Amino acid sequence: MVLTPREAFWAYGLYAAIIVALTLGARVPLLTLIRRLAVEAPFLIFVVGLPFLARGERIDVVGLSLSVEGLWGAWNIFVKATLGAATMMLLASTTPITSILQGFQKLRVPSVIVAIAGFMIRYMDVIASEMRRMKVGRQSRGYEPRVLWQARALASSAGTLFIRSYERGERVHLAMMSRGYAGAMPELDVVEASAEDWFTAFLIPAVAAMTCAAAWL
Amino acid sequence: MNALEVRGLAFAYPDGLQALFGVNLTISRGERVALLGPNGAGKTTLALHLNGVLPAGAGSVHVGVLELNRANLKEIRRRVAIVFQDPDDQLFMPTVREDVAFGPANLGIRGAELDARIHDALAAVGMTEHAHRPPHHLSYGQRRRVAVATVLAMEPEILVMDEPTSNLDPAAKRELADILQSLDLTMLMVTHDMPYALELCERAVVMNRGTITADGPTHQILADEPLMRANRLELPYGFDPSFSR
Repeated sequence: MVLTPREAFWAYGLYAAIIVALTLGARVPLLTLIRRLAVEAPFLIFVVGLPFLARGERIDVVGLSLSVEGLWGAWNIFVKATLGAATMMLLASTTPITSILQGFQKLRVPSVIVAIAGFMIRYMDVIASEMRRMKVGRQSRGYEPRVLWQARALASSAGTLFIRSYERGERVHLAMMSRGYAGAMPELDVVEASAEDWFTAFLIPAVAAMTCAAAWL
Repeated sequence: MNALEVRGLAFAYPDGLQALFGVNLTISRGERVALLGPNGAGKTTLALHLNGVLPAGAGSVHVGVLELNRANLKEIRRRVAIVFQDPDDQLFMPTVREDVAFGPANLGIRGAELDARIHDALAAVGMTEHAHRPPHHLSYGQRRRVAVATVLAMEPEILVMDEPTSNLDPAAKRELADILQSLDLTMLMVTHDMPYALELCERAVVMNRGTITADGPTHQILADEPLMRANRLELPYGFDPSFSR
């Protein structure tokens, strides 16, 4: 999808159709998917600026002088980012996180990377609740930061949080060693994928790859 | 037959803090021993020496007839299981099942044998139906029970627990006590919970400032007021240690 030439509008239409079809097939409400796409918004601010800032040949659109090159660039980033993000959202909303991690393992992603991703997911909640408790602690002592230059306490809280997480990391390491950890995560429960699974898994990417190839021809 | 024998164990942390000053402790097979003492007495430090996670500065640890050294570290860690105070430190895998599998898998166990170990360990703590849930979706009491299961799956001989009742509500404490009573294991339980020590452990060992200061039947230790006061220990209000025996 990323390699598709930006002029091939029909190809992008086809990609979008595939994603919509998959979404409906997976019984994920389309509206939910679109709402989740909001995380993309901050990145798109930059894209909006492109037609105004880019150089080169200019064109008048409803009284605004825009760069042709910038418009193309903006369209290119916008469509690829949105479709890519939608694909990820679709994966995240249909597949349990543990299956995604197992999938990584199956696809021979280095086990250290899979382990780090697993730890991150496991401890996100723990660290977030630690952060919440510290915030409650600050507020209980009358600290209600509103202005930016009051951010000093926030910065020192971040430091404390880092130290606490670091210490937790050490304790987790002790717990791992206590259960015989010797430097490598054991490979567990690797689900065997059948030929049929592989076929199904590759079907959609294959269609997308063919679309991309056709767009270049 | 001794399950555990600690002789002259001394240890200082890298920052120079001396935590243990020559600890001697012998535990017989099948005994349940409470390790009492104020904060900073060295109880957790001692526990972390029993499976060689912390390297002794001086002295020795024997598990059965096996002396703890580099060569048999793996076997010692199988035999001596430690349940840590915070289950969030102990449960680090994406699901309960994988966490219970972690220990035995490190011992090289795979396939049907591994499945049986996981099943038995989870059944022992009554958590079988939660096998596929992520640990952070469980209640604190459930996480503590899974933490016990993670070490039971290694089929240890000695179970060392660091404050097993901390942060548990009374019902969760009761459930854990029932589970611990049902296990046929040698136990060393670090705790501040005097009634729990009295209920589960026939013997109590008191630590203070890095040494063992008392050792005897739990009900006698708890009833010895001068001894308790000298070691910064107290009974809960209204609790009579002679009540249950």
